[in-house]
Amino acid sequence: MSSEPRTADGAVRDRMAGVEPAAGVAKPDPILKASGVRRSFGGLTAVDVGHLEVQRGTITALIGPNGAGKSTLFNLLTGFDRVDAGEWSFEGRRLNGLGGHRVARQGMVRTFQLTKALTRLTVLDNMLLAAPGQVGEHFLGALLRPRWRHQEEANRERAMELLARFKLDAKKDDLAGSLSGGQRKLLEMARSLMVNPSMVMLDEPMAGVNPALVQSLLGHITSLRDEGMTVLFVEHDMDVIMGISDWIVVLAQGSVIAEGRPEDIRSNQEVVDAYLGAHHDEPGASAPGSGEEA
Amino acid sequence: MDILTISLETAIGPIAAVYVLAAIGLNMHFGYTGLLNFGQVGFMLVGAYGVGVGVGTFGLSLWVAVVLSIACAAVLALLLGIPTLRLRADYLAITTIAVAEAARLLYRAEFARPLTGGVYGRQSLAEGFYDANPVPPGRYGVLGVDFSANQVWLMLVTWGVVGVALLLTSALMHSPWGRVIKGIREDEDAVRSLGKDVFVYKTQSLVLGGVLGGLAGAMLAINQQNITPDQFMPQVTFYLWAMLLLGGAARTFGPVLGPMVLWFLLTAFDETLRTLASEDLLPFIDGSDIGALRHAFVGLALVLLIVYRPQGLIGDRKEMLVNVK
Ligand SMILES: Nc1ncnc2c1ncn2[C@@H]1O[C@H](COP(=O)(O)OP(=O)(O)OP(=O)(O)O)[C@@H](O)[C@H]1O
Ligand SMILES: [Mg+2]
Repeated sequence: MSSEPRTADGAVRDRMAGVEPAAGVAKPDPILKASGVRRSFGGLTAVDVGHLEVQRGTITALIGPNGAGKSTLFNLLTGFDRVDAGEWSFEGRRLNGLGGHRVARQGMVRTFQLTKALTRLTVLDNMLLAAPGQVGEHFLGALLRPRWRHQEEANRERAMELLARFKLDAKKDDLAGSLSGGQRKLLEMARSLMVNPSMVMLDEPMAGVNPALVQSLLGHITSLRDEGMTVLFVEHDMDVIMGISDWIVVLAQGSVIAEGRPEDIRSNQEVVDAYLGAHHDEPGASAPGSGEEA
Repeated sequence: MDILTISLETAIGPIAAVYVLAAIGLNMHFGYTGLLNFGQVGFMLVGAYGVGVGVGTFGLSLWVAVVLSIACAAVLALLLGIPTLRLRADYLAITTIAVAEAARLLYRAEFARPLTGGVYGRQSLAEGFYDANPVPPGRYGVLGVDFSANQVWLMLVTWGVVGVALLLTSALMHSPWGRVIKGIREDEDAVRSLGKDVFVYKTQSLVLGGVLGGLAGAMLAINQQNITPDQFMPQVTFYLWAMLLLGGAARTFGPVLGPMVLWFLLTAFDETLRTLASEDLLPFIDGSDIGALRHAFVGLALVLLIVYRPQGLIGDRKEMLVNVK
């Protein structure tokens, strides 16, 4: 599906080649496009995005200070909140007014900043629930076990592969409510992948995950991207952001104030003023999760 | 010894079966889906009046009237669910308790009398049922428990319906459909984010549990042969909740065990008091106080349950204690 050119030798190349680092800039092959999306709570304008595009097949980071409107923007784009104005489309289809489940079925699946593990279901059931298009999910279909047994078997296999990648396979029969905070983050990420999305939107996926696992998850996210998935994620850890992002979007007070490659962002004075602050000295761009923590 | 047999008869009798059926419906709502239905008695009411109006007013055959009961319960579920199931959980709770009580007042209203019989209700509803009794006349029983042939026929049917309801709900809850339902109980936004239409599932659950409540009402009408609106007071719903929590919510057999045990205890309690009172051992208690004491007893039993066994008799303690946040 992706029209993105690839280098055969796997050499490091710029996936955003030719895109100018400017807020609201158009991308060559956008999977998600939003225009004029606005949301206010009482007198507070939480989100007011003029124009934003996300390039297909890239890892895009959405950064900004606390209260910048990142989670609210996620909620709006995925149908978990209503916009006051604006429109947006995914894969060329307008998403305005679609409920959260419809957006997910289009292939855009999100996770939550405050983890939503289904606590009194087992870890494996959390995974299985997410599988799309299950025959046994329908009221009448559910009563005909032979019709969904094989599908269930296949889903179980896929779920176990994902759980293994997220180091949760040994926990498959435990209630999700017995997992630690970090493990719940992992489960939620694994579960979102179970939907087979073409784009995942991860709200602080690494918060509370230990550095060694962060490393392996970053590798995992990178390989998902290399398989063609689009990743949009919110994160506060600069090393993680600079380490794996193809593109960074900076949000402050609801608006996109800057966009660009990691190098562009690091040297952008406006961003440094609004977010990074003077205290943050040059982070090791190639060493994500090195443990350097404020 | 007599008290024990009477209590046992109640625990396995048709009334207990009626409560079991209604509690299975409530378990579908609350135990599995997390829906707060405080008006299960409303479903029993429309179910009972499906038979009452069908047979008593229109002279339909009983079997057609039972279909009418099911249809009425399903319609009530849709009326309750469509406006509220997209909103926060509390809206359903408020709506169900209000609508169940409003329905009772509506059915007993003077203007409804040509249809429902008003405060007098409907009588002689179950002749067709007992005419079809295949059980040979006589007395049946073991260990001092004693039932007539008609009672045995009624118990066969009511417990048979309970059996079918258990098979159905258990098959559903062990399927992917049931997994989504339980997921909704835990966090409906999470389920929505995975592409499931939460509203549809909640509506299906409300209809299924409501229809079971309606069937319970129909069975009640058949059992008593006559019905009046004032049998469907709000406390019936709260007894059902007490029974479900006693047995253990979200367990297949929780709503079976709870009503049986509570009916056993209630009858034993009543009979003991009555026996003592008749021998003048309780001079400070009037015969009419027994009903009030019975409420106090249920309250006490619930408090003890919550303190010592919050998961119910056969609930899963591990699930109960899991860190929900
Ligand atoms: N439901 C709500 N009602 C009122 N105000 C809200 C609501 N949700 C968010 N806000 C406000 O909108 C602003 C943006 O919040 P949001 O959660 O999107 O920030 P964020 O960028 O995700 O921050 P963080 O990095 O801390 O997660 C905040 O000022 C917040 O107080
Ligand atoms: Mg946030």
